[in-house]
Order: sequence, then structure tokens, then C-alpha cells
Amino acid sequence: MTTNELPNNTLLDATGVAKSYGAVSALRNASLSVLPGEVHALMGANGAGKSTLVKILTGAIRADAGRILIRGEARDVRSPAAARRAGLLPVYQEPALIPDLDVLSNLRLTGTPVEPFRAWVRELGIPNLDIRETARDIPLAVLRVLDLARALAVEPDVLLLDEMTAALPANLAEKVLEVVRRQGDGGRSVIFISHRFVEISALCDRATVLRDGATVGVVDIEPGVEEKIVEMMLGARIEKTSVAAARTASEAPMVKDSQPRLSVRNLQLGAKLHDVSFDLANGEVAGVVALEGQGQDELFAALAGSIRPAGGTIAVDGAPVKFFHPSDAIQAGLAYVPGDRTEALAMQRSVRENIALPFSAALRKWGPIKVRREHMVVSSAIARLQIDTRAQGEVQRLSGGNQQKVTIARWIAADARTILCFDPTRGIDVGTKQEIYKLLRELAGLGKSVLFYTSELEEVQRVCDRVIVIFGGRVVDTFPVELADEPALMRAAYGLPRGARADVGILADVRPASDAETTP
Amino acid sequence: MTNSATMPQPVSLGRRLKRFMADRPLIPLIILLVILVLILQVLRPGIVNERWIANTAKFAIPLAILAGCQTMTMLTGGIDLSVGTVATMSAFIMATQIVNQDPTVAFILAMLPAVLIGLVNGVGVGVFRVHPLIMTLGTSLIGTGFLQVYQRTVIASGAKIPDFLNWLGTGLTYGFPNALFLFVPVAVLIVFTLNRTGFGRLLYAVGDNERAARLSGVRYWQVITALYVISSLLAGITGLLYIGLIKAPSLSLAEPLVLPSVAAAVIGGTSIFGGRGGYMGTIVGALILTVLTTLLTILHMPEGGRRILFGFMVLFVTAAYLRIIEDK
Repeated sequence: MTTNELPNNTLLDATGVAKSYGAVSALRNASLSVLPGEVHALMGANGAGKSTLVKILTGAIRADAGRILIRGEARDVRSPAAARRAGLLPVYQEPALIPDLDVLSNLRLTGTPVEPFRAWVRELGIPNLDIRETARDIPLAVLRVLDLARALAVEPDVLLLDEMTAALPANLAEKVLEVVRRQGDGGRSVIFISHRFVEISALCDRATVLRDGATVGVVDIEPGVEEKIVEMMLGARIEKTSVAAARTASEAPMVKDSQPRLSVRNLQLGAKLHDVSFDLANGEVAGVVALEGQGQDELFAALAGSIRPAGGTIAVDGAPVKFFHPSDAIQAGLAYVPGDRTEALAMQRSVRENIALPFSAALRKWGPIKVRREHMVVSSAIARLQIDTRAQGEVQRLSGGNQQKVTIARWIAADARTILCFDPTRGIDVGTKQEIYKLLRELAGLGKSVLFYTSELEEVQRVCDRVIVIFGGRVVDTFPVELADEPALMRAAYGLPRGARADVGILADVRPASDAETTP
Repeated sequence: MTNSATMPQPVSLGRRLKRFMADRPLIPLIILLVILVLILQVLRPGIVNERWIANTAKFAIPLAILAGCQTMTMLTGGIDLSVGTVATMSAFIMATQIVNQDPTVAFILAMLPAVLIGLVNGVGVGVFRVHPLIMTLGTSLIGTGFLQVYQRTVIASGAKIPDFLNWLGTGLTYGFPNALFLFVPVAVLIVFTLNRTGFGRLLYAVGDNERAARLSGVRYWQVITALYVISSLLAGITGLLYIGLIKAPSLSLAEPLVLPSVAAAVIGGTSIFGGRGGYMGTIVGALILTVLTTLLTILHMPEGGRRILFGFMVLFVTAAYLRIIEDK
């Protein structure tokens, strides 16, 4: 903890910030001080209060207590507009452009200068943006980059980035990090919220760590600081699950010669999926790896019964099936956990109702609910996933990680045989991620099968038995997990053939790799 | 710079009270109802007696059942503006068919348009995704048109109110209005359906997040179709009760109840955006509106002034109530 010097020229200095919702206190005593020209990481497990603190700083909600100084002056940021005037600008996890307006109108709405915006968009790796395009038609990853460009264009003194690189494909993430880095060099400050240590160590100067709504420490980022931060965040040491340890559990029940649980053949869907074929065995976790927008969304939607494929077959336990509605897929034992939690949860309803929702779906289940039995099933699912039920009256009051657990608990309670997990660990804390990895392995151990798309390559070796790589709507490679280290996956995800070796990490440039491919 | 001393701050009485009310949204409503009754008693001492209570209940019950239709449809993010027309149709058909027909046949004939309109509403909203406001307004107009045509064909036969409906609408048993024989089971059924059945749960789920419900295997059109048919059936039954109370069949019998039924549900804390609310609040909402009407009547104000005041009161009550129960 190195804050004792505390120079007087702090750009932003918040102390004793507290906020509670009903009986649940989201923040108890948070503090944060940011120096000019630094990139400052704000870290904490889910529910630690990061998002609440950010919302208070940017005027989206008001604190119950605390003091916020901007350049030494006490400021009452009572609205997002006031925060903006004070030079504080956030880029939230959810895209902020109005979906029904085109990009230009969105810019006018916030009084953002167009030319700087365009320059930033180009800088951020999107050379050919049509500014007249309606925001609704723009892919999520690009929208997030546009949000960032919009914030950069008004040159804020303090830029707040909430999980900026989550769900971004590697190439865009890289550009974003580069730009953020330079922002610090230019004398402006950035508050950077992220779960990815790679990014934080590459980018940040200092980190403030929150736990249970209070600031537990401020550290300088130096090599080896990760362990210390994680300790602070969790209040206890986190166990690093090695590949081997995680996977031994399921080695035994894998029966290779039995019929596959799910077999997909020549699946075809417009321009998005071409000739996709793969099998998923009982007791197997198969990873799906792909860059943003390579057809993985459509693949999962087709398997979940949300959209109908144009061609090809899907067979469950050897019998061909056709899905016209998600309920058909559920009937066949295929449950879909979407990446976006707001897609899966009735936010104003209780944890219990959300978990029990599939029970009532069928027409013949519309009658009286067997309260005691339901309570038993739901409680055991809650216990299994260790969902924090302090705020169980409304799911919207839970932290992101706990919400994600509810979406999975639903299908544990419904005892689905196959779970289609689409990026379930997006933007949630390390501890919860570990729990989810463990859970997926346990499910596989029970003979259930899991199809697991992830945007974080390091997860593959922690969870999967096998990896299916999709590029441009085709399965370009399938390989056993032993070979699926990050460089190999990254190469495959870019559609490069296996054989040739080159070092390609998350932060490395990819072009040398493609050069290496041409010279065997 | 330790200001941790401010942390275990004792919660002020006002905040505690607010939280208490936020957890039990019925209590502020009941308090408001009691206040209104007290004002009435002060303005006109002695008016609040057994007879007045029975009378208030009689008029509040049809409103409360129609408000039940609104509550259920509003939970899914919808609204049912055809309840007035449906109630009027079944009342009018009952009163005219009873002259020449067996009561059972007359009853079936009276409920037929209710089922039909409910089905059309349900299919329109659930399958063709017409906005419920437009859909139910449309069927309401169509129903009124059919009723006018129908009226010409029965103009010669005249109308009468069946004795049973007379008994149900205005009769008293040991000082209690007979309408309670209908209302109590209906209310219990609605509350039970909303809280303890799969169907009720789906209404909340669909209204809160239709996509999530779909991903959980819920077929939207089934839920919505069933919902609007049930809503229409309830409206039809209300029509029969109402004709026993009003005793004068006309082509706009239950129309004046439509907007108050929406207001009663909103005052009772049901969100028009769906996913939040319940029937108990709606019942108290209906009582509040009925008492408010009485209050404005005894003030001897001209009709215009009464309406203006009524509108303001509804807005004020709703806004105040939402501020109390929403703990932000």
C-alpha cells in the first residue's frame, strides 16, 4: 500500500463512499484516488462494489455518504451530465448508443464532435465504419468500440472503462489497449476495470482493490503483484486449478465407443454457417473457440431451437431432431445458457422463480405448483452453485456473477442432459469463474455433456476435453485439449493451419504469424 | 482521514417506515383507504354505517373484477380495453334472451361473445403481435357494432333482469351483499392463480422478460391466448353481475368502468410495463376509487369539477404511492 505520499494534485479523489439498496449495502466505505496521467485499475470480485462506485462517480446513481473531490474541489456529481461537465466520462459494459438511431444521430445527441470521433474509430481498428448505419445493425463488439471512440472524442480528463475488452475479439482488444495506454501518456487519466491480469499488468500504473464494498488496498503494478491483488480481492488465497487436476474427475466415465449425445452434420445457415459437423459425447465438455462473429452465435441459437438452420441435420442420441421453438430443444434435453444475462433472467422476479421457470413452461404444468417439491429442487440447485441469496427477492439486485449462476442453476434444477454455455464467464470475477469451471467438470463427471463457447482462451485448458475451432462459419480444426494452449488456439481461431509454429499471444501482433505460415 | 465512524449510522425513523412500506406495499394503500373513509365521516358525520359499507362494496365489486382483468393482462405488459364492451354484451344478451329462452341457454349465449372476443384478442396479441392496446380497442369497437345490430333484431321482444341476477347484484344476506358470493371465490382464484400456479408464474415471467421466458421453453402465444380468454370470461361474468346492480340494459352499460379498472390496477401497484404487481393491491385500489367517487358526490360539485378533481386525485395517489414503495 503506497498511498501514504498522496500528492495534492490528485485529479479525482473519492473517500468514504457508501451506498445501500434496502438492506443490502453495495458500498460501505470505498475510496479511490487517481493521479493525472495514470491508468488506474479498479479491481474486486463480483459484488465487491466496482460497478456501484463507477456509477456514483459518473452521476448515474447518488451515494448515501462520502466525499468526491475533483482537482481538489468538492463536487456533487448529481447527474451524468454533471459528471461530464466535471470531465468524468464512463464507457459501460453495455453498449450505450440508442439502437434505433444511426451513429451520426447518436453523436449529435451527446454533442460529440464528428471528426475526432471518426479519427478515433479508425485508430481503434475499424477503418470502414458507415456513420449512417443504424446502431441496431452494428455487431456488439464494434458498438463497444464506438462507445469508446465517442468518449475519447470529447477528451475527458478521467475516462472510466468498465470491462472494456470483455467480448472484444483479440484484434480489437489489442487496439483498444494500445489507445488506452497512450491516453495515460497524454496526461489524462483512465480508470480501468478488468478481470484480466494480462491487460492490467500491461497497462496500469496502480490498482485500487475493493472487497465487500470497501477499499482494501492500493498497490503499484509491478511484476508478481497478481497474487497479492487476488489475495486482497478474495480475502483468502485462491487455488489455481491446473489442467490435470480439473480434468481427472471425468477421465473414467468417458466411454468412447458409445453413441454421441449430440451429432451435428453439415449444418448450414445463410452466410453464417457452412457445413458445420461435430459430435458431442456423453460426459464430455467440448470447447468452441472462435473470434467475434464467426458464426458461433448462430450455431448455439440453432442448437437451442431459437433459429432454424437452412440445411444439415442435428441428431440427439442418434435420433434426428428438428427444433421449431426452444421448448423442442429443451424437450430433447438441450439447455441454452446465453452469454448475456439480461437475455435469460426475469430481472424483477425472485431467484427461486427464475430457477423454477422451465418447470411451468409446458401447457400441462400450468396448474398448481407443488411448493414443497419445487422448494427442495431449487434450494439444492442454489446450494450447489453457492448463490448468494441475500438479495434473492429480485434477481436484478444480485451481482453479475450471481446472476450468471442463477442462469446455470435453472438448468441444473431442470436436470438438463446437455448444456450449451455461451461465454458464461464473461465479465465475472475470478472466484466465480473457478466455481463455474468446477461445476462444468462435475456435470461432465455425471455423464452430462457440455458445449462451451468461450472468448477467453485460457479457459479452454481448464475446462474442456476437446476444442472445436470455428472460423468464417466453418469448423476449421478440432483438437484434444493437450495441444490447446493459447498460442495454438489463437492461430487456429485466425484460420491458420496447425503445423507451423509462431508465438501468438493475446497481446502479440498476428501478422508475423501469417507470414510464418507461408514459409514452412 | 478515517470516516468509518459514519458507517453504523442509526437508520432514521422515516427511512425505516419507508422500508417497512416498501416491503409491504398493501399497507400504505389501506392507510389511504382509511383516511378517505375518515374524511368522508368528518364531512358528513354518520354516513359511514353498515348500509353505506354494503353499498360501497356492491359498487366496488364489478370494478374490482374488471380491474382483475387489467391486472393480469398488465402483468404481461398488455392491457384489455375490451372488458367494457364484453361486459355490456353479455349483460345485454342475457337481459334480452332470458325473455324467450331457458336461463342456461341464455347464459351460454351471453358468454359466447366473451369467449370469441377473448380468443380474437389472444390470437391477435399472441400470434400476430398486434399491440394489446390497439387489438383490444379494435375488438371493443367491433363488439359494440355487433351489439347495435343485435339490438335491432330483439327490439320487439323487450328485456328483463333475471331474478337470480337481481338477487346477486343488489340483495343482502345478513347485511352482506350477495355479490360477495361471486367475488370472494373469484378473488381467491385470481390470487391463487397469480401466486401459486404455473400459469400465474408465466404471466409474470412473460411480462418481465419475454425472451428469457422463450429460452426457458415458454410458448408466448399459448400464455397470451389463454390470458385474454380468461380476461374476457371474467368481464362477461362481471357484465351479468353489473346488470343485476344497475338494472337498466343499455349499449354503454359497463363502458364507464373501463378506464377506472385500469386506474384501480395502477393505483394497486401493478406496473403497466409488466412483471410487477398483484391482485390484492388492485382490490384495495378499486375500493379507493369507489370511496373517492362517493366523496366527490357528496361534495355537491358540478360534474365537470368532480371529474377534474377525480383525475387529479388518481394522479396524485399513483405518484405518491410509487414514491413510497420504490426504494431507490
